[in-house]
Amino acid sequence: MTPLAGYLLVAALVFAIGLAGALTRRNAILVLIGIELMLNAANLNLIAFWRYGPHPEALTGVMFAVFSIAVAAAEAAVGLGLVISIYRHARTTDLDKMNRMKG
Amino acid sequence: MTIVFWILAALTVAGGLAAVTLRNTVHCALAVTAAFAGLALLFLQLDAQFAGFAQILVYIGAVAILVVFAILLTRGSETAEHGVFSRTWLAGLCIAAAVFAVLGWAVLRSVNAIPQQAAAPVVSVKDIGNALMSRYVLPLEIVALLLTAALVGAVMVAMHEKGEAK
Amino acid sequence: MQEALQFTPQVVASSIAKILWLIPAVPMVAAGVIALMKQPRRKAAAGLAIGSLAFSLLVALAAFGHVLAGWMGGHAVRETVNFTWLQFGSSNVDLGWVLDPLSAVMMVMVTFVGLLIFIYSTGYMAHDENFTRFFCFLSLFAGAMLGVVIANSLLLLFMCWELVGLTSYLLIGFWYQKPSAAAAAKKAFLTTRVGDIFFLLGIVWLFAQTGTLLFYNKGAGSMEPLALGGLLAAPAALGLSAATAIALLIFAGAAGKSGQLPLHVWLPDAMEGPTPVSALIHAATMVAAGVYLVARVYPLMQAGMPMGGTTTALTVVTWVGASTAVFAALIAVAQNDIKRILAYSTVSQLGYMMAGLGLGGVAVGMFHLITHAFFKALLFMGAGSVIHGCHEEQDIRHMGGLWKKMPVTFATYAAGMMALAGLIPFAGFWSKDAILESAQGWKSSQGPFFLLIFGALLTAFYMTRQVSYVFFGAYRGHGDAHESPRVMTTPLWILALFAATLGLLGTPAWPWFRSFLTDRPASFELAGFSEPGILALMLTSTGVVVIGLIFGWWLYGNKSPQAKEPDVLAKAMPPVWRALRDRLYVDEIYGATVIAFYAWFARVADWLDRRVWGGLVAGVTGLFGLWARFNRFLDTYWVDGAFDKGCEELSAGGGLVARIQSGRVQTYLRLLALAVVVLAAILIWSSRA
Repeated sequence: MTPLAGYLLVAALVFAIGLAGALTRRNAILVLIGIELMLNAANLNLIAFWRYGPHPEALTGVMFAVFSIAVAAAEAAVGLGLVISIYRHARTTDLDKMNRMKG
Repeated sequence: MTIVFWILAALTVAGGLAAVTLRNTVHCALAVTAAFAGLALLFLQLDAQFAGFAQILVYIGAVAILVVFAILLTRGSETAEHGVFSRTWLAGLCIAAAVFAVLGWAVLRSVNAIPQQAAAPVVSVKDIGNALMSRYVLPLEIVALLLTAALVGAVMVAMHEKGEAK
Repeated sequence: MQEALQFTPQVVASSIAKILWLIPAVPMVAAGVIALMKQPRRKAAAGLAIGSLAFSLLVALAAFGHVLAGWMGGHAVRETVNFTWLQFGSSNVDLGWVLDPLSAVMMVMVTFVGLLIFIYSTGYMAHDENFTRFFCFLSLFAGAMLGVVIANSLLLLFMCWELVGLTSYLLIGFWYQKPSAAAAAKKAFLTTRVGDIFFLLGIVWLFAQTGTLLFYNKGAGSMEPLALGGLLAAPAALGLSAATAIALLIFAGAAGKSGQLPLHVWLPDAMEGPTPVSALIHAATMVAAGVYLVARVYPLMQAGMPMGGTTTALTVVTWVGASTAVFAALIAVAQNDIKRILAYSTVSQLGYMMAGLGLGGVAVGMFHLITHAFFKALLFMGAGSVIHGCHEEQDIRHMGGLWKKMPVTFATYAAGMMALAGLIPFAGFWSKDAILESAQGWKSSQGPFFLLIFGALLTAFYMTRQVSYVFFGAYRGHGDAHESPRVMTTPLWILALFAATLGLLGTPAWPWFRSFLTDRPASFELAGFSEPGILALMLTSTGVVVIGLIFGWWLYGNKSPQAKEPDVLAKAMPPVWRALRDRLYVDEIYGATVIAFYAWFARVADWLDRRVWGGLVAGVTGLFGLWARFNRFLDTYWVDGAFDKGCEELSAGGGLVARIQSGRVQTYLRLLALAVVVLAAILIWSSRA
């Protein structure tokens, strides 16, 4: 197994774990945590490809990962704000109870 | 595949696992912080120093704190009455497993096609700065706009309405 | 003595022959018009009927004149007008009419006597509320009877024959509210129907055998030598030829219509109809139709006759006629209803006519028919006048002494009675004598002669009895008897005149009638009286009649017994009297045999209908009901059930699918992830190569 494959597999594993958490936990905040894990796994992928891929001097991978971090931060902020707002309204963060988004 | 890699990989994965399986939400937040740290060290090992420190600063320093604040504000530390996992958790687990299987399969099948670059690239902050200001200036500005909008938006969303009863 | 008929070959029809169809058509059209009139329009109805029949009389006289002129000129006339009615394949059914001496005399008689009776009816039925309907039926009858007379086709004759039967039914049952009248009408219709069935069989057989139903058709008709030869050669059953068999079948029809034994039972009951009906239909014309039919098909009856001998058909006709003559005369002796006596007298005289046809030929029988028509119509109308004058009384034991109160009626009735009894020089004497003469000369047997002589004795006897009861003695009725109005007595005078003088057309000295019918020249020769046997026969028959008259007068004249007293003869021979009074039990025999069988059969048929066929129908209905219920069950449980189940499953499926839209974010996320997995798998798989 090449180093690249190792990093990619780790990233895939973390991604799957994050996805599992996002899909199975009741608490909305934990879903957001799962999403952050997924984003992080994607960042790891990017960096791994930058390191072991062609033309690392172009800095593409690093830039991409940095911007991803920035956007993820913004998204986390807005997402958690939404959770708080919903909690204020529904008095709970249990996602199983929030089923108004149908129809 | 050095031993460092394995340790860091184990840390990250363990942290991630703990984050999604622990009962107490605060413990989950702490576990995810550990996972962020592991990832940051992995970035450092990959000679992406700027990305590693940015990860530490932003994720551990801001996002994790934000998550804790949110947990505290929504009484997430109280134990849930129906259990922490959804009623249909198995379906989610299977889907996640399927995703991992597909990704793993893709990786293992195709990794041989990529040429190996053994030499570590030397990247200085000066280079990153130059790149930000020349080639990536547009994305930089847009991210700035995005952050501003997110800031305003988050405040708008989370703020109390005038006179709204709590 | 039967003479061969000699006629000149058929000539082109004269203009009279061409319009001959008007004679029956005009009264029938008049009947149709009267049928549409309302009841109160009496004068119009009577006027139309009388006018139409008067028109027919004029045309008939013109036709008669034409035939007479032809005969006097030495060539007898037989003109036919035929046309095809139906065509099937190669065979035709033709209709047509014929103008020859036979139809000419019959036409004149029917229209003349009919006209007199129509005029008489305006007086007789004046108080009846159904006056218009009466004249409609009378007119229809006149048209139908004239159709029978002029028909040249056996089919046309049969059609008019049936129509005559229908109008007879309608007129006998004219007062249909009376149950006895309705029953009598039904009886008349059914009894003549029995005869008509045989008649129809004869017609069909004749058509099958000869291919035509026309009597005369320029050599191709069924009464012409070619067809007759074929009929004689064709065999039927029991050693008879087809000619004999068909002749007997046709005679059966005539026997029904003319009241021969044993189909005579309807005629006395037919007296339920009004008296003009009895006079016209059941004395002069309809009952004579049977005799006329036999005269028309006489060539068939006569076919194959050996010289000086006779055929089987004619033998049967003779014996039936002679027996009927005596049988009916016996019954007439013991009756007490004035019309019933005359009815049985009619049956008896019809027997005479048939015997005359069988023994002496067309001329002999027809002569008696013509004379009988006049004097029987006279007698019936006289009886009607008596009934009218005695306030609807019909029992002779409640009459009497009317010669003083109704002199005109008495005088005319006496003339009719003398004619019927056959006293010289009245008409009946000459016609009856001609029959007796033929009977005497019949080679096969002298039986008919003696029967007919005995019948003449009885006729004189019962007529004297009737006249004594009605006109002589003391009046035993209720109310005051009065003479009838002139509209009723004038026809009586006219008929009395004919009854007295018509016979002179057929005396041995001047046999005009016979010559006319058989195309011989006729001249007046007193030497006719001196032919062997004629004078002796005349004396014998006069003697017999006188004996009857004296015997009758001795027993009944001027005695006027009361109704509750038994009759003189009843005291003398009670069982015989009882049998005669009860009409020799013929009706009872019918009732016990035919009618009882029929009633039983009707019950069987009813049982079959209700139980068997009804049961079948009910069974089929039940099966259908079961099937329908089964279908409904299927429909409800299977079809509906399946359909409902399908819809339920569809709903459930829809419900299941709707669960995807749970409203929960994680569900949507899972679906997204699943889609990505599938997409990635596809992409990777497709890039294997």
